[in-house]
Amino acid sequence: MTVLQSKTDIPLMGFVGEVLEALGEAVVEVQQCEPRRGIARIDPTRTVEAARALIAMDGARLATATGIEVRDGIDILYHWAFEPPGAVVTLKVLAARPDLAVDSVAAVLPAANWIEREMHDLLGANFRNHPDMRRLVLDDSWPEGVHPLRKDFDQVLDRPPLPPNQSPPDVVEEGRP
Amino acid sequence: MSHRTVVNIGPFHPLQEEAEFFQLYVEGETVVDVDVRLSYNHRGIEKLDESKTFDQVPFVVERVCGICSASHPLAYIQAVEEIARVEVPERALYLRTIVNELERLHSHLLWVGLAGHFLGYNTVFMWAWKYREPVMEILESATGSRVNYANCKIGGVRRDMTVEQLKEIDRIVGDLNAPLDMLTKAVLDDPVLHARLKKVGVLTPEAVKLYGAVGPTARGSGVPIDVRRDDPYAAYDRVDWQVVTAPGGDVFGKAVVRLLESFEAVKIVQQCCRYLLKNPGGEIDAKVEQIPPGEGVGHVEAPRGETFHYVRSDGSNRPVRHKVRAPSYVNIPTFKASCIGLEIPDVAITLASVDPCYSCTERLCAVADAGTGRRLFGFDELVKRSQEKTRRMRRSV
Repeated sequence: MTVLQSKTDIPLMGFVGEVLEALGEAVVEVQQCEPRRGIARIDPTRTVEAARALIAMDGARLATATGIEVRDGIDILYHWAFEPPGAVVTLKVLAARPDLAVDSVAAVLPAANWIEREMHDLLGANFRNHPDMRRLVLDDSWPEGVHPLRKDFDQVLDRPPLPPNQSPPDVVEEGRP
Repeated sequence: MSHRTVVNIGPFHPLQEEAEFFQLYVEGETVVDVDVRLSYNHRGIEKLDESKTFDQVPFVVERVCGICSASHPLAYIQAVEEIARVEVPERALYLRTIVNELERLHSHLLWVGLAGHFLGYNTVFMWAWKYREPVMEILESATGSRVNYANCKIGGVRRDMTVEQLKEIDRIVGDLNAPLDMLTKAVLDDPVLHARLKKVGVLTPEAVKLYGAVGPTARGSGVPIDVRRDDPYAAYDRVDWQVVTAPGGDVFGKAVVRLLESFEAVKIVQQCCRYLLKNPGGEIDAKVEQIPPGEGVGHVEAPRGETFHYVRSDGSNRPVRHKVRAPSYVNIPTFKASCIGLEIPDVAITLASVDPCYSCTERLCAVADAGTGRRLFGFDELVKRSQEKTRRMRRSV
């Protein structure tokens, strides 16, 4: 059982404070709480619960998500915009090595569908229970397990060779029922 | 169970502006599902930015899109300014607002022209693009380029505008009011357009929330979100303007929002020009020595909706991570909600109604027959069918 970090002593104030308080125990560390901006790290097992709580709020919208490769895995940052009052709250969740997996928010919110597929393609993060984990950004011929947005990927040296020309795989044969 | 066909639109076609691949699953003429593929021209800008210095990145991100080339650098710069806690001089804020609103004006006029073309109103296409031209010209005279303005920098703007330039901008955008009025009336008073666009491609406010749609796509469904008002940046909280919304969520609503927003853009540009003429002189940039470690987000209301940038710095001279999310990336998935149940001739204008920007998303899709074999539609065929439907309706009115 991992020991959760204690919440830092940043006081929860204003609208952003209310949002973070509404998430309750899911928040393990508050990193920034300003009138219009908030950053908090949440419990990796409760991403879906947090997303459900936020989307139920008036004016909440999942703006996008960012994946960043860090020492312990891939940090996934869900950016939530609230209009009104025009605040952006970023929820960080760590997809830890070695399996780099977290629960998919796309399972409850279609707005996360493309961006989670993109993070899967470019960084190799895995999303459990994602409804449609086909490739979005990478070409079908791109090799498995090569993730171009990783820090150790070199744009010139690690670029896979172009595949030979071929007919698209989704064209159906003539006369098939 | 009726016969189901896949109609491929794209990915490469001479009449498509760029590579994008839509697959429409159709039963007869009715669309039952939509699938989209992206990234045929993925340029790896996020990866590239990690190798550029903070000052070089704006020149890269303004090339994300040739039409949002003021919004993307501004969103990035606001994220960096949030990290470095920079106070931007007031004059720079007004100058940023002028360029961003001129960009909205030319983008909306471009869309009105294209939408007219898709519906078979080629006169609207010619007129809208003719009125767009002076806007491009004043952008060139004020910033040095018609497309990539290179106007913003971290801490302010790179170029000041002279009194003559400001007067010229004020006069030219003021002259746009009459043609805009004419275009708006042509749309609002045309019985064929009412019949053709109302209740077509409806996007409900619930779907807007679920898909996270932004900009005119959301405002056309009566959802009043606008970063310019909600999280004010540049000088938007210092000038008088309104957020335009339209009820209905159909193509007509989105057209009305774009047309009425153009009037607001004219108002904003004129107020900024007059303020700067009344208050000449002053700094146009704050000196920024170093970007400390930290993370920041910046978002800007581009012509198509909110563009969202996230930057993380580790204290070196390059960003550790720079995330770009353009508005079409969240607007295009709404086709899954708005295109289903439509007939094929209505798809072209519904796709066009969110003003999809290929470079925003990098990939789309087309339709093939899953039952009898291959049958490919090009975007030209969709446009042709759309224009035919308008002609049919015009005859019957």
